[in-house]
Amino acid sequence: MQCAWADGPTEPFLTGVDKISSGDTAWMLTSTALVLMMSIPGLALFYGGMVRKKNVLATLMQTFAITCMVTLLWWAIGYSWAFTPGSAFLGGTGRAFFNGMTFIHDPANQLSVSHLALTIPETVYAMFQLTFAAITPALIAGAFADRMKFSAMLVFMAAWSLLVYCPIAHMVWEPTGWLSKAGVLDYAGGTVVHINAGIAGLASCLMLGKRLGYGREKMAPHNLTLTLIGASLLWVGWFGFNAGSAGAADGRAGMAMLVTQMATAAAALGWMSAEWISRGKPSVLGIASGAVAGLVAITPASGFVGPTPAVIIGLIAGVVCFVAATSLKHVMGYDDSLDAFGVHGIGGILGALLTGVFVSKEISGVDGSFLVQLKGVAVTVIYGFAASFLILFLIDKTMGLRVSEEQEREGLDISLHGESIE
Amino acid sequence: MKLITAIIKPFKLDDVRQAVSEVGVQGVTVTEVRGFGRQRGHTEIYRGAEYIVEFVPKTKIEIAVDDALLEQVIEAIAKSAQTGKVGDGKIFVFDLEQVVRIRTGERDASAI
Repeated sequence: MQCAWADGPTEPFLTGVDKISSGDTAWMLTSTALVLMMSIPGLALFYGGMVRKKNVLATLMQTFAITCMVTLLWWAIGYSWAFTPGSAFLGGTGRAFFNGMTFIHDPANQLSVSHLALTIPETVYAMFQLTFAAITPALIAGAFADRMKFSAMLVFMAAWSLLVYCPIAHMVWEPTGWLSKAGVLDYAGGTVVHINAGIAGLASCLMLGKRLGYGREKMAPHNLTLTLIGASLLWVGWFGFNAGSAGAADGRAGMAMLVTQMATAAAALGWMSAEWISRGKPSVLGIASGAVAGLVAITPASGFVGPTPAVIIGLIAGVVCFVAATSLKHVMGYDDSLDAFGVHGIGGILGALLTGVFVSKEISGVDGSFLVQLKGVAVTVIYGFAASFLILFLIDKTMGLRVSEEQEREGLDISLHGESIE
Repeated sequence: MKLITAIIKPFKLDDVRQAVSEVGVQGVTVTEVRGFGRQRGHTEIYRGAEYIVEFVPKTKIEIAVDDALLEQVIEAIAKSAQTGKVGDGKIFVFDLEQVVRIRTGERDASAI
């Protein structure tokens, strides 16, 4: 989200309730619920359908548990580190435990408002951003599906959320962050959410190694109906993600919604066509994956471009992510199980760079540049990869990252959770 | 008495049931099975990862018949299950030593 108020407040402040727009607040309450729906059940089903039958519950459990855990971390310190003024790299601690975030009905009729969204209560803004903070680590889980210890996963996600997500969100979105100052454009989280999650996914599948029997045993998705339902919930929820990032119910939100739809449809058809031409059949998994790739790629661009560039961004994302998920990973030899890097990493990088190419001053009031976007991408990729790798390395050396061979063979549902869908 | 075991294409089951009923068969047992023959399996591709499905879903039917009815039943199955394409299945015939109807204790021909 871009801060458009150059001379306005620079930190959260108390104001009268009459300064709040009920229209903006209604839309942001709605958007918040939509983005939460993207994680649970959207992403959970999208991933859950793609794994083997013995790992379905474990996969659903990851997304659900991450959502709960990040919620409490966000309350403790995450929100404050990400969205209050501080250094160029990290916010302050003033809002730890939501300290000072308030609504006083009697007697003053005042409430706190974030300097990043002036017409809605700070409670709504913090909740909205919470749902972003929750889905981002959950996206990473696609890369290490079927083989990570649940305990190690929780520790990794907690550390990652605080040490990677919060700093990157602060650097890109909070006006004291240095990438924000440098003019990096990221409307709804192409850099903060998708590149960040994708590169962490790459680090985790490299650290963990391949699934047992990878390349030899059948690892086909057990139920693509779930995956298609999940992709559809992601699509619908994404209107909250992108159009909600306007922070208001206004013309820019409308444009963000429109371009989201354009890019998604174009990417879904792009992936499907590329697959049809090169592999002979248009698959359900292909069109659903293409839609997600399009949603990812339009995310950073959504408040900055018009519908025609959106179609172009979508088409490119569909084809490029198809190549990344079907060829690149086999050539490179890593087991990014559900293509967290191939779709979110690659799609996010493409979207971030193309935002610099297609940004419209008419729509957004700002200029962008390819090189500045490249800087944002490079910083996120390098910091995200290095920090993720280090966290994973430390966990591996202390508690261990991976389940035992026996547990992996038996399936994580039974071995980690004592349940099964059979 | 004979026991006929036939492996057929799943979607042919209703046709076969009707055809054998018409020649006088009183009971059929059906099982969903998987296997391969000359049809072999097929290939599935998920995001570029190819998996060869070696065992194709088929339906197995079992019918106990009196010797007098055998040829008619075989013919009924063969005709109703045929598409002319590879994978139509097979019919196996075994000697059947004894049949007991549990409800009444009847034996052999009268129990079929």
